[in-house]
Amino acid sequence: MLTARYIANDKLLPWLLSLTETRQVLAPVQVGGQTLFAPLDADSRLDLKGLADASAKAALLPRCETLFEFHYSKSEGVPSRTELELRETLPDQETFLFGARPCDAKGFTVFDRVYDAGTRRDIYYCSRRDKTLVAVLACTDPADTCFCNRVGGGPGETDGADILFTPVKGGFVVEAVTERGDAFLLEQPLVEAEDRTEEARKVREAVSDAMPDEAPLVGIQSKVLELFDDKGFWEGITSKCLSCGACSYLCPTCYCFNMTDEIKGDDGVRIRTWDNCMSFQFTLEGSGHNPRDGKAQRMRNRIGHKFSYYPELHDGNLACVGCGRCIVHCPVSMDVRAIVDQARDRALAKEEHVND
Amino acid sequence: MTSTDATNLYLPDMATIQEVIQETSNIKTFRITLNNPDAMRRFRFEPGQVGQLSVFGVGESTFVINSSPTRMDYLQFSVMRVGEITEKLHKLRPGDQVGVRAPLGNCFPYEDMKGKDIVFVGGGIGMAPLRTLLLYMLDNREDYGKISLLYGARSPSDMAFSYELPEWLEREDMTTELTVDNGTPDWKHHVGLIPNVLKEMAPSAENAFAVTCGPPIMIKFTIEALHSLGFNDEQIVTTLEKRMKCGVGICGRCNIGTKYVCKDGPVFTYAQLRQLPNEL
Ligand SMILES: Cc1cc2nc3c(=O)[nH]c(=O)nc-3n(C[C@H](O)[C@H](O)[C@H](O)COP(=O)(O)OP(=O)(O)OC[C@H]3O[C@@H](n4cnc5c(N)ncnc54)[C@H](O)[C@@H]3O)c2cc1C
Ligand code: SF4
Ligand code: SF4
Ligand code: FES
Repeated sequence: MLTARYIANDKLLPWLLSLTETRQVLAPVQVGGQTLFAPLDADSRLDLKGLADASAKAALLPRCETLFEFHYSKSEGVPSRTELELRETLPDQETFLFGARPCDAKGFTVFDRVYDAGTRRDIYYCSRRDKTLVAVLACTDPADTCFCNRVGGGPGETDGADILFTPVKGGFVVEAVTERGDAFLLEQPLVEAEDRTEEARKVREAVSDAMPDEAPLVGIQSKVLELFDDKGFWEGITSKCLSCGACSYLCPTCYCFNMTDEIKGDDGVRIRTWDNCMSFQFTLEGSGHNPRDGKAQRMRNRIGHKFSYYPELHDGNLACVGCGRCIVHCPVSMDVRAIVDQARDRALAKEEHVND
Repeated sequence: MTSTDATNLYLPDMATIQEVIQETSNIKTFRITLNNPDAMRRFRFEPGQVGQLSVFGVGESTFVINSSPTRMDYLQFSVMRVGEITEKLHKLRPGDQVGVRAPLGNCFPYEDMKGKDIVFVGGGIGMAPLRTLLLYMLDNREDYGKISLLYGARSPSDMAFSYELPEWLEREDMTTELTVDNGTPDWKHHVGLIPNVLKEMAPSAENAFAVTCGPPIMIKFTIEALHSLGFNDEQIVTTLEKRMKCGVGICGRCNIGTKYVCKDGPVFTYAQLRQLPNEL
């Protein structure tokens, strides 16, 4: 059996701070009116009330990271020649990610299938993944924009996580999920959970049962694809979209990136940054041709990727974990659930029409 | 310093430009060798694969390796100047350093093409990917049937690889036709659009493959012409261009539905293209 411990509410912050002596601790803290995952220190204001505004994905795929550095210099032998030196910069920071929600952790599994795919390993991502312990905090008060239960998750699930924290009376039950989560917990000065794991299980179950019972969105990949050429559908649903990209930047499963160089004098870096398929430039080609030159085409790709292409390539797993951030933060209130529900209804209606 | 750390997908190998050829007013060819002699000796690729060339400080862009795997003295890339990186590449001279991540992507089905007649139809810079396959086949001539090439450009001065064209025109074991949209008084070849010249040439579709690359509009009408000559979708091979970054199927930039041009392509048969969602 994997280790289970208990920590009282007033011991949590001191314990997390003690961890910062040996590693970075990322946790949801208040930053200028928002709740974001940031390195914890003595001045941090931990906020465990609900879902953080931005996802925890930056813990594994930073908004901006250096892939390598380069340096130009004059050749000693031949002054007209320039020498160039490259230096790899691999991440080596041990991290404890605390307070990610089950949807955040499940988002990492969406990344894993792409960034750690056998022979094609992204070593920047993989080394962060290896060095990061993911501790999820079970949800007790899902928002009405949450729909993890419709996309293969749940408020107490542990996919992608190493440790599970469940709020119970007076504190948290802390349970290991993976071997390395177990090894970590065994070393921690936390008290035995005794029989409180049962209480934790009941808490999780109650929350899960209370979530609205709507049709799952799993298994609908063919329905979305059927609508590929239905221009009217995509134009209709995107008429108010601003192409601002907030939805993809905040999404725990959006993983597209750009690579660019920055140079000052003889020294430079190649960096990668989050990119966003909702932007016009994303697919603009040299000839001026743009395969996705309208916001309807771009939304079709975003929805298609999450609910059709990705599941097609990855055993039916969706690339949406139902966190609802794109719904909460969209400036024009687009609702991904409504889009996918409409897509399914439309496709079903078409099928019936054909069968009539 | 050259890094040979094969596990870092994004770290380019360092390479030196050996030769620069001005092909046309906006196309230059670069012949490069990897700085690490062992890496250069071990380097393998197949006709149709691409590489990412880096100008450190500006960035990386995708180009076809248009030399042939049968001629490994250098790797050749032909670059049309269209933007920031290609502009910087055009300023480089022999001895300058570039980065290269290669080979990437799939290749032409040159094994399946054995024993068949091959019709090459190239437009503008689209001749680059055809060149690698053409040289490969000429170096393995006995494996293939009739080889014909139709190459078109806007004007005679827009023809890349002009120094090779006389040899291709003279060779007895291949047929070469050239065409331009706008001729000049001393132009001795066709004047006219590629698909029209192709119909005049009327290559037989029997036991044949057609390989075509060029601007999207040219490809569209070339495929129509090939259909009218009896070529079916499995016999037509082309390469796709999509904006790329990682080149290895991760960054999410180059997908068409479930296919990634950087790893499932750039080479597709027209039959495969027709299976994809219509987003070319
Ligand atoms: C598989 C493949 C093979 C290619 N082979 C060749 C080749 O052999 N020779 C050649 O000259 N070109 C080739 N290209 C096109 C070449 O990659 C682009 O022209 C080049 O990346 C433009 O870079 P830039 O920085 O100069 O342009 P930028 O300054 O980035 O942009 C100029 C314009 O080019 C567009 N652009 C940027 N990157 C690409 C891209 N990868 N594809 C299309 N448009 C782009 C931009 O959207 C912009 O409109 C190939 C592209 C692909 C995908
Ligand atoms: S956040 Fe809303 S407006 Fe902005 S790109 Fe996404 S759907 Fe469009
Ligand atoms: S698409 Fe929206 S609801 Fe789904 S994971 Fe992304 S941000 Fe969350
Ligand atoms: S270029 Fe990154 S996925 Fe194809």
